[in-house]
Amino acid sequence: MSFDVPVADWATAAVDYLMDHGQGLFDLISAGLDGLAYGIEELLRLAPTWLFILLLTALAWWRTSWRFALFTAAATALIVGMGLWSETLVTLALVLAATLVCLVVGIPLGIVAARSDGAERLIRPVLDFMQTMPAFVYLIPAAMFFGLGRVPGVVATIVFAMPPAVRLTNLGIRQVLSELVEAGLAFGCTSWQLLLKVQLPAARPSIMAGVNQTIMLALSMVVIASMIGAGGLGDTVLRGIQRLDVGLGFEGGLGVVILAVIIDRITQSFGSGKND
Amino acid sequence: MPAHLELARLGKVFGTDPGAALDALRGGMGKAELLAASGQVVGVHDVSLGIRQGELFAVMGLSGSGKSTLVRMINRLIEPSAGTVTLDGADVTAMSRRELVRLRRRKMSMVFQSFALLPHLSVVDNAAFGLVVAGTPKKEARRRAQEALERVGIGDVAGQRPDQLSGGMRQRVGLARAWVTEADVMLMDEAFSALDPLIRSEMQDALVGLQRGARRTIVFISHDLAEAVRIADRIAVMAEGQIRQVGTPAEIIEHPADDYVRAFFRDVQPARLFTAGDIAVPGDTAAEAPRVPATALLDEILPQAAASDAPLAVVSEDGAVVGTIDRARLLQALAKGRAEA
Repeated sequence: MSFDVPVADWATAAVDYLMDHGQGLFDLISAGLDGLAYGIEELLRLAPTWLFILLLTALAWWRTSWRFALFTAAATALIVGMGLWSETLVTLALVLAATLVCLVVGIPLGIVAARSDGAERLIRPVLDFMQTMPAFVYLIPAAMFFGLGRVPGVVATIVFAMPPAVRLTNLGIRQVLSELVEAGLAFGCTSWQLLLKVQLPAARPSIMAGVNQTIMLALSMVVIASMIGAGGLGDTVLRGIQRLDVGLGFEGGLGVVILAVIIDRITQSFGSGKND
Repeated sequence: MPAHLELARLGKVFGTDPGAALDALRGGMGKAELLAASGQVVGVHDVSLGIRQGELFAVMGLSGSGKSTLVRMINRLIEPSAGTVTLDGADVTAMSRRELVRLRRRKMSMVFQSFALLPHLSVVDNAAFGLVVAGTPKKEARRRAQEALERVGIGDVAGQRPDQLSGGMRQRVGLARAWVTEADVMLMDEAFSALDPLIRSEMQDALVGLQRGARRTIVFISHDLAEAVRIADRIAVMAEGQIRQVGTPAEIIEHPADDYVRAFFRDVQPARLFTAGDIAVPGDTAAEAPRVPATALLDEILPQAAASDAPLAVVSEDGAVVGTIDRARLLQALAKGRAEA
């Protein structure tokens, strides 16, 4: 017996349909995301390299320790020395743009999921799908809808990196001690006051862990997204692979790792609540 | 005259069909049968209480007796399945969400067993929480919260975070937070149960001290008998979701309504509970009879009673004789609360 479910045909048909009928919407999204990523990149380039490094080091000092500040200064100097500063800024801008969208959409979704079991049941399988579908698969429709370049890279990154922001916001709010919620209600909080004065502050460590995870996933995805022309450090890695140039690939990879370590430590410090 | 805070036939069933469950209970079905038949759990059944203005009213019971559910139905943290709560004639159970928010801001406050302080706020901001939620300007809220903290003896830690404080100090913050809103009714759910015995009695003193300054109506949930007897004006004894007896500590100990209540109060020592004034009877006293103050505990007058063949003269603060106690009366009082075996 032959049993054939043409999922591939359906997926193609769905993408074709969207391309035929949704181009206006995609153009709008494209313009918005391009502007966002480009704007952030320009902003990052505003300061001269030495000042940027100085500010980053100061931030690391304030949020963590002098040791880590020293590492930050040395590691960013190494990036400059490898001639990858410009690529690093491109990557950082992509990560920040994607993260921004992830949080603006993801945290409210997490709040909705935390407040309604029905919404959670609806959202959870979508998140599972987004997280487990191999990241490369997003690249194809992203490139088809948005062409090649920065925008499809950001789109694929958003899809891949959003789930932790939603999940950990949801989890954090649901895990707020029931007596704390009762206290909020007993003193006459409205629904909004309960959210803003009790639930979100009490869930902050969990939400910040979600933000941190989203940034980390975004960083790993923008490298993959270089395959559709997103540019940045991923591009350096990709060229290394294409030319079998171990040295070049390693330099690009090292740049990504340095960026990841610095962002990770600094964002984590906001979750643990050090210095406030 | 109706009571200040009136609970009428209040009931709570946790389950899928509370209405049918309550009908079954009224029809005589037991709670265990109901659980077996429909999987529904009875939290509270048919509780009626009238609590007076300014009274410190304790609800006693073992864990699982429904007392925490009962207190949460008063401010509707838990929605009652049946019955009404009335405060000064206003039906709390019929209030809209908006009215309920107003009620909780102005008329009722609460103290929790696990303190329930917000970890991200300083002590003074925690104490000011109820005021800020109600829209009081931040500056004024802080000032009043600071005053309240000073009244419970921790004005000096206002700038710290709750996690820097000991359990006793945290609950003082919880007490200040509930006190400062000037709500008529303060609900206290096992407020001191998580504290060490010594700290607990300090907190009881702090509460009684606050009450002396401005009497609020306090509904105090506790499983600690000594605590209830020590601070409460009246006690309601709860078991399996129902009230077994309501009365002053002395009334309950002298006339327990049933074996459950008697067993519950078995370990209370009348010598440390009753004062001479409580058991004094009218009568003439000999001029040479030893005099004891009406406020003295029985424990304290035992030596005089042993040394004197004449009945003791009980005198009030201004020196007037209010009654007498002979040895038989004293022994009778000391034997109260023991099982009548």
